[in-house]
Amino acid sequence: MVERTPILNILTHLILITGLIMLLVPLWIVFVASTHDFRTVNTVPMPLWPGNQMVANYTLAWQQSGFGPKMLNSFIVAIGVTAGKIAIAAISAYSIVYFNYRFRSLFFWLIFVTLMLPLEVRIVPTYAVAANVLRPYQELLDATGISTVIGALAGIKITLPEWSMLNSYTGLILPLIATATGTFLYRQFYLTVPDELAEAAKMDGAGPLRFFWDVLLPLSRTNMAALGTIMFVYSWNQYLWPLLIITDIANYGTAVMQLQRLVPGPLFGEPPRWHIAMAGTLMVMTPPLLVVIFMQRWFVRGLVSTDK
Amino acid sequence: MTGKRVTFSNTWLAALLIAPQLLLVFTFFYWPAGEALYWSFTLEPPFGGENQWVGWQNFKTVFEDPLYWNSVRISVIFALSSTVLAMGIALILATFVDRQLPGYQAYRFMYFWPYAVAAPAVGLAFRFIFAPDAGFVSALNQWYPGLWNPARDGFDAVVLITLANAWSMVAYNFIFFLAGLQSIPRSLNEAAAMDGSGVLRRMADIQFPLLAPTFFFLVVINLTDSFVNSFGIVDITTAGGPARATDLMVYKIYSDGFKGKDYSLAAAQSLVLMLLVISLTFIQFRYVERRVHYT
Repeated sequence: MVERTPILNILTHLILITGLIMLLVPLWIVFVASTHDFRTVNTVPMPLWPGNQMVANYTLAWQQSGFGPKMLNSFIVAIGVTAGKIAIAAISAYSIVYFNYRFRSLFFWLIFVTLMLPLEVRIVPTYAVAANVLRPYQELLDATGISTVIGALAGIKITLPEWSMLNSYTGLILPLIATATGTFLYRQFYLTVPDELAEAAKMDGAGPLRFFWDVLLPLSRTNMAALGTIMFVYSWNQYLWPLLIITDIANYGTAVMQLQRLVPGPLFGEPPRWHIAMAGTLMVMTPPLLVVIFMQRWFVRGLVSTDK
Repeated sequence: MTGKRVTFSNTWLAALLIAPQLLLVFTFFYWPAGEALYWSFTLEPPFGGENQWVGWQNFKTVFEDPLYWNSVRISVIFALSSTVLAMGIALILATFVDRQLPGYQAYRFMYFWPYAVAAPAVGLAFRFIFAPDAGFVSALNQWYPGLWNPARDGFDAVVLITLANAWSMVAYNFIFFLAGLQSIPRSLNEAAAMDGSGVLRRMADIQFPLLAPTFFFLVVINLTDSFVNSFGIVDITTAGGPARATDLMVYKIYSDGFKGKDYSLAAAQSLVLMLLVISLTFIQFRYVERRVHYT
């Protein structure tokens, strides 16, 4: 600012550098540990400079954990969640903001409330739903008496088929989309779009879909980038949910799930192969890290304006 | 709710557009939440059949269990201490980055990184760094054997998960503090500087008070996050041990529900946790947002 404060400036840099060390040293140690051999990594204290075993460790970690298909699964899930969330958020917020009907505030609040309870808190019943997704609807039909009425009239008993989402991509993706984060962000964005745009579009004879597709969506690109980054990181880093619903690890296991199997120690009766574990950790954390680094500008804006 | 002045009137289309979101929210949010409520008041008979209504019995079982209170106590300690640590560090870093000395962009750029690291990856990294027989902190043990061992000593284990959690939350807090600081009008700072108040004085008298809304928002987010999102860290570093010293509430729900297969007990605990999280959010909306405004 305006004044000269040489001592305070030095102090400022010292504080900021200390912060940098605190935040980045764990990442550095993970990297260094992943480049040494078994003996060096277990010396105390470990060297702070990388060794020469990098290629060997990474190849071994990659093959041992089968990261090829697991990374692919993680990418499928992350992209599915990101794309699905953006699409659903954009259209549902559009319906709430740009249409006038009786229940729209009710719908908005119904969606908004879901911000309060993250998946982890309601994990047990959500798991039960995922095991048979149509059960809620079956029970609703039974409870409201609709099945009895139809049964009496047409003589058919309605039984919805059993649809289990365990061990499937839909199971990994859909429950993560069912929250309000994006809808809220999109609603905020639509509210800032000037009314004149919709007016002009209407005057030119554009219908609601045309207006949405040709005017609103292109305008929301920043929004999309922000939401996309947040959702990619969030879904890539999911741990508890995939751990529960995926038992067929060979086909549907994700990269982050695999971290549990990398923990070395007496628990599994093997020597502490920390170098392999750290190589795996680094590989698992790299994709979201790259996304955050490249998308930083967008993602910060989005994060601050969603408030979550 | 504020809507638009110019709206479309095609109700069918509106319904169609909002239907997918409502279906998802109903299936994966409202139904499970309702089911948790139902389960927490019923018990599954041991030989199958319909659940039986048992009233408050599940809650009684939960609240009379000293292990549950142990888990609550640890969760509270864990949440409070990691919140204080993460927010304190983030606040200091953000205020000094906001001085915008040469090179501040570089700091800002790298402070964000931990945000991207998955909780279990943080857990695994910290488990290694703080391992009693490898890594770095074990050097303490060479100097004084047995001083540090999170695998045996409950206190050490709590310290370990708290540090890991705080580390992973600093970035998020930093982003919000910095955004908050940048929204303070420069002219305020300049006017104070003209009146002769120094940098630290301005931080204490202008920047921190004006950050109050951000601060309280973050307190709620951090507490909620520590109650809810700690599973990945705990599962990898300590798995609830040693001797349940790090058996946080989410972890206990998981182990009772999925390892112990006791849905009713897990549902009752989920419900308590839900109420806790909802009341935190409620405090955030009702109390904090109204009371703390200085601008």
